[in-house]
Amino acid sequence: MSVKTKLNFTLNSRPVNIEVPVDMTVLNLFRDFLDLKGTKYACGEGECGACTIEVDGKTINSCLMMAVDLQDRDVLTIEGLQKGNMLHPMQQAFVDHGAVQCGFCMPGMIIQANYLVKQNPSLTREEMKRGLEGNICRCTGYTKVLDAVAAVVGLKG
Amino acid sequence: MSEQVAFQHIEKKSLIGTRIKKPDAPAKAIGKTRYINDMVLPQMLYAKILHAGRPHAEIVSIDTSEAEKLAGVYAVITAKDVPDLKLGFVKDNAPLKGKVRCERDEVAAVAAESEAIAAAALKLIKVVYKDLPGVFSPEDGLKEGAPIIQERFPDNKSLRFEFKHGDLEQAEKDSDIILDDEFNVHYVTHCCMGTSCAIADFDHNGKLTIYSQTQYPYNYKMDLAPALGIDPGDIRVIQPPTGGSFGAKLDVYPFEPVAAILAQKTGRPVKILFDREEEFINSPTRQPAKMHVRTGCTKDGVLTFRSADVLMDNGAYTSWGPTVPVIMMRTVSGHYRVPVVDFKGQAVYTNNAYAGSFRGYGNVQMTYATAQHMDMLAEKLYDDYGLDPIAFRLKNAQESGEVTPQKSFLRECAFAECITTAADASDYVNKLKKYTAERATDDRYKRGIGLASSIHNAGGAKIHKSDGCGTMLKVDDYARVTVITGASEIGQGIDAVIAQIVSEELGVPVEHVTLVNNDSDLGPWDVGVHASRTTFIAGNGARRAAIKAKKQILAAAAKQANVTADELDLRGGYVVQDKDGAVVIKLDRMLRQMHFQPVPDVVMVSDYYEPNSEPEGKDHISDHSAAYSHAVHIAEVIVDTYTGEVKVEKVTMAQDVGRVINRMGLEAQMEGGLAFGLGFALSEEMLFEKGHLKNPSFRDYKVPTAPDMPELDIHFIESDCAEGPYGAKGIAELPTIVIAPAIANAVYNATGIRFFNPPMTPEKVAHAIWDKKRTAS
Repeated sequence: MSVKTKLNFTLNSRPVNIEVPVDMTVLNLFRDFLDLKGTKYACGEGECGACTIEVDGKTINSCLMMAVDLQDRDVLTIEGLQKGNMLHPMQQAFVDHGAVQCGFCMPGMIIQANYLVKQNPSLTREEMKRGLEGNICRCTGYTKVLDAVAAVVGLKG
Repeated sequence: MSEQVAFQHIEKKSLIGTRIKKPDAPAKAIGKTRYINDMVLPQMLYAKILHAGRPHAEIVSIDTSEAEKLAGVYAVITAKDVPDLKLGFVKDNAPLKGKVRCERDEVAAVAAESEAIAAAALKLIKVVYKDLPGVFSPEDGLKEGAPIIQERFPDNKSLRFEFKHGDLEQAEKDSDIILDDEFNVHYVTHCCMGTSCAIADFDHNGKLTIYSQTQYPYNYKMDLAPALGIDPGDIRVIQPPTGGSFGAKLDVYPFEPVAAILAQKTGRPVKILFDREEEFINSPTRQPAKMHVRTGCTKDGVLTFRSADVLMDNGAYTSWGPTVPVIMMRTVSGHYRVPVVDFKGQAVYTNNAYAGSFRGYGNVQMTYATAQHMDMLAEKLYDDYGLDPIAFRLKNAQESGEVTPQKSFLRECAFAECITTAADASDYVNKLKKYTAERATDDRYKRGIGLASSIHNAGGAKIHKSDGCGTMLKVDDYARVTVITGASEIGQGIDAVIAQIVSEELGVPVEHVTLVNNDSDLGPWDVGVHASRTTFIAGNGARRAAIKAKKQILAAAAKQANVTADELDLRGGYVVQDKDGAVVIKLDRMLRQMHFQPVPDVVMVSDYYEPNSEPEGKDHISDHSAAYSHAVHIAEVIVDTYTGEVKVEKVTMAQDVGRVINRMGLEAQMEGGLAFGLGFALSEEMLFEKGHLKNPSFRDYKVPTAPDMPELDIHFIESDCAEGPYGAKGIAELPTIVIAPAIANAVYNATGIRFFNPPMTPEKVAHAIWDKKRTAS
């Protein structure tokens, strides 16, 4: 069995105190220990973006980060975006614009899109494309994803 | 309050053609949806498979004793624990192998408390192999004395398909132009974002519940049962949400019976989940093909014949891949009006990967050839005889009522309108001439425009005895509707379409329709989600069931209101007068009155819709689909002649969709389908070296991402298909089929170079440009 260590961090605005194996990734911690299965495994090597989360305001592939590195950090996952039963505007835009088909890549895509818009509320379509380059989707051809993000940018603008 | 009628008259308002949101989208967008990959059952074990990792070998011995001793291991199985050769189209595949025929071959499997323990146990299994010489191309497989892959097929010949129509010799004599080229279409794979997964669970009566990503839950039972030695009736298939499919799950693959056998052995639920590398190596591919295609034409621009001789690498086992000639030959005989046809397709066993079904099914391959030949003929006819390239296409485009040599009956055909719409919208002819003239300049960046089209089945494909779909529908006491359909949802959006259709007929909000379609114990039979068939077939079924329910409700209401049923309609949750929309009674109230009376009248109806198509048959002469459709893509590209990079700037798409049902879902299928073809054309390629996949990762196998997507100008041509629901045709495959040759034709327009062997990677394009320059200078 692997060595374990104590870990304290903030997850979706709530404190987490947990003991984790030192060789565990953030992705596995969330999926296997914390029952947060919205964050998806699809490649395990940082190429597809399905496991994207936000750590201290920056997005990262959670499959490439070790759980122990979350100490004292502030984490946002797809489950932390909605308020009560209300979808976050980015989530609602994805639904309204038909950006969700099989939906498997969408949690990562939405976290990344939300991050991009927070960084730059007047994002252009070209900037959206660049910013979402690390998120693979096999269903949509990205067009409706970009439409959804554009709608959110439009709302804010 | 619910009895208060806020308005007295309700207008008739159709939902057909509107934008309907996918009912399952919110749960997916908030990360709440539990995909099969996310599922954990009580007491569940995790399984891992030991793959051979070598292409051709005898298994001399397997020692599993160390693995069995590892703490946390519950079972280790090898070929001796499973029935032999029971899977696949010709039953040439086994869940676990006694002999290795390709890299992915499943040699042993372990069930353990965790994936980590299962993986550790695999490393303790000692296998002694005796490597055998391999066969890595169909040509080598056909050579005298070639190593035998499958003992039952000593000449290595797998499936063969032929179709002939007309006098080829005479047609060749009648031709002023004959093109003769070989197109070599490569290996690509689905790359579903959710990797392959199965969870098997036996109850104490020996009934298997299998949680599966399958696209064909009902025949799946028939295919899975022999590999387990159980009755198909003892299998329940549950289809949790799945992360994409695209044809990949249209067969039973070894990992599924392996999970079931381990569950049988251990008495515990067993889950197998691939990691991405396993997914690349162990999933089906698109069928690669070497296609020797000849096309003849008169100087007046009338096609005289088309022949195709197709050689396919079968790989080591036979799944759906080598059956794609069934569709290829429809393209050869039906892509434009072709009077004389000669098609041959031969699959040959090798030690390579094997192909399954994949969106576009043979037509992606064949249209890459036929649409380029049309472009080559168009150029020659323009250069030599002054014939306009659009006029040439229109001259050969079929019209409504025509029948192809294979007896595909094109009842409603909008091919010509697709051509003119796309050509006009993109200013095709002017740009074609302009870019052709600019080809000779020294500019680094060259523009090009390319037109391609194709035909595809759009009303199912009757390759089984039935191409039907069952529907059961109830309307409860609160006017909420539950539809149980055989049709599977794999992300494509049948959930939205069925809710929309039922809502259209019963006048209830879309949100009041619940779809149940993920459990074979509940659902009626359906052949599966494939062949662009689900909106057409299941949509028709849902509509027919809803109409039955409506008739029942209106009959009861008419009796009560003392009018005839055809004077009434259902709108906005009310029974109304058809002529002016005057409210008669609230629908839920009517339903309760029907229910709670001495002889209860409860609304529970069913339907089995069988399309009016004919079985495919051995001679391949049949009207095998209830509808056919055409699409035209015009791609505009910029080629960087220094780096070879092809950037697709814009695509104009015109497709005969019969009728738009869910506009948003339809657009989404067009866009997503195109993205698949884009990857096939430009970047995706599985690289094999002596049967070994060299690039099993997203790092080295490049699928399109957001910056790769062109601007799209989509035109829906509505031909109003009499047999389709509200006139709709199936639509999902053509966008994948047509784009690659449109890009190839555009790259030719830009560079003067034909690419017969996709993908058009920067490396390949740059080399071709440099070679051309070198030859010229």
